[in-house]
Amino acid sequence: MTELELTTWRRVKTAALLAPSPSFDRRRVSNALASGFMLVSAAIAVSVLTLIVGNVVMSGWPALNLAFFTERPLPPGEVGGGVAPAIVGTLLMVAVGSCIGVPVGVFTAVYLSEYGRGGLAHTVSFVIDLIAGLPSIAVGVFVWAFLVRNVVGQYNGLAGGVALAIVMIPIITRTVEETLRLVPDSLREASLALGIPTWRTILRVVLPTAKAGLVTGVVLSLTRAGGETAPLLLTALGNQFFNLDPRQPMAALSVQIYQYARSPYPDWHAKAWAAALVLITLGAALSAVTRWAIQGRRKFG
Amino acid sequence: MGRGDRVFAGVATALAAAVPLLLVAIVLLLMADALPAVQRYGLGFLTNSMWDPVAEKFGAAAYAYGTVVTSALALLIAGPIGVGCALFIAEYAPASVRGLVAFLVDLLATIPSVIYGLWGFFVLAPVMRSGLEPFLKNTFGPLPVVGALFTGPAVGRDLLVAGVILAIMILPTVTAVSREVLRAVPDTQREGMLALGATKWETISKAVLPYARGGIAGALILGLARALGETMAVTMVIGNSSTRIQASLFTPGYTLASAIANQFTEADKAIYFSAIITIALVLLLVACALNILARLLVWSVSRGPGAGSVRA
Repeated sequence: MTELELTTWRRVKTAALLAPSPSFDRRRVSNALASGFMLVSAAIAVSVLTLIVGNVVMSGWPALNLAFFTERPLPPGEVGGGVAPAIVGTLLMVAVGSCIGVPVGVFTAVYLSEYGRGGLAHTVSFVIDLIAGLPSIAVGVFVWAFLVRNVVGQYNGLAGGVALAIVMIPIITRTVEETLRLVPDSLREASLALGIPTWRTILRVVLPTAKAGLVTGVVLSLTRAGGETAPLLLTALGNQFFNLDPRQPMAALSVQIYQYARSPYPDWHAKAWAAALVLITLGAALSAVTRWAIQGRRKFG
Repeated sequence: MGRGDRVFAGVATALAAAVPLLLVAIVLLLMADALPAVQRYGLGFLTNSMWDPVAEKFGAAAYAYGTVVTSALALLIAGPIGVGCALFIAEYAPASVRGLVAFLVDLLATIPSVIYGLWGFFVLAPVMRSGLEPFLKNTFGPLPVVGALFTGPAVGRDLLVAGVILAIMILPTVTAVSREVLRAVPDTQREGMLALGATKWETISKAVLPYARGGIAGALILGLARALGETMAVTMVIGNSSTRIQASLFTPGYTLASAIANQFTEADKAIYFSAIITIALVLLLVACALNILARLLVWSVSRGPGAGSVRA
């Protein structure tokens, strides 16, 4: 043994003698193992995210060009074209979804936070959670049975928008309600004391104060709706052509990804990745806004 | 109350009341459409695995089996990792890392299902086929009992791959809800344990986790509910070919949700439609039941004893 090894050995020996009990070592080891497991869990979650986003960026980027955003899909097997109808369709259907989902979601939140007492409020609050947990494909089946079969008679963009609205409502309600409850009562009281009616107090004092939460809720729901696929597959179906008529089948980016991924053509696979990149980028941009809004909310939280 | 007040309150109440009505409408409409199949096949719909549209024989047992197996796999993988991740964020991570990790895990939840499917189809499936599945087959295949799970050709589009994709998808749900539950555990629980000289892990395993047990069970059930109803990603990686019930995880199968997505536009007969809508109804009712159970469990922790001294 060298001098250094000898010293080390002596130190280890001393440490062992000084340790309170052998069980303390076991406790330290299990503590280290547990910390290690938690660190690894977090590392797995983060690296899976990195891997997926990395793959989407790497595979999607090369297929992005002007034609991708401006042209319609070419017939199967032909290389080129783009997914413009799907981009337009997604925007249109999300817009329809917002026109229904935002008012219903926000007013439900206002009801729950400002008016809701007793049975109806409890029921609404409970049902909102249930709707949030519905499998989105079941929502699609419902909207198909109601709007596609009974009202319009064929797959159509309007039904797609309605299905998205049902997905959006619970997200908006939950986020907005939470924020409205954070608005201090003193603000409401001050406004009411000035003789301003309740409804103007809500519109001009409470909602503007909760603006950040309102933005958060709406943006979150838009992100969710933009990526929804299953309900659109059963309602809007998809379309290779430009279509602005809500009574006709309509394309959507998410549905296009699904159809392209299942095809045997490499060019369509590349386009599926590119469409995924566009969707994720939109979602990330919106999430950044959300984050910013949440931080704004803390000011009065 | 002035007229403006009455109108405004009326609009808010009406729109809020529309929400429960919507759920009732969904359930009633699906029930009405499911009725023919339910009357014709009864409970056999869920116990029979024969699904033959031509002969008009419909039994969804194989689909239900696929749903149960893939969801159980997902929970088995995402449960420990998700809770570990939540513990890391809530108990271990320094403040500077905490927010970032929480944000990144939440980001995982914003990736659309179809993109998970795309990634699973082109990236995960080939890796599973050539890497993990042959390894599992060689390692566990010869063993008794367990071996049955890893037999047959590794195809990369099967129950196992669907389970792994689902695990990734429910990870953020499990993590986020567990994190909230852990935040609701009063600090006095931790301080008491630490004051006795307990290590960090002893504090967590003996004082924090027992307190949060119900809520974490709730988080797992919410994850399970999400896995059961998940459609697109599963449809893209599960193979959609066999309707036989086989023990092997390498079986290309179906789940209830993927059967709807795959066959909905193909259904050409009234009874075929009715059978598919019955599947949707079953999914909906199971999801509702699981959600109710999970909410009750999570509430029981956040309203538990000592909830008055919650940190947040």
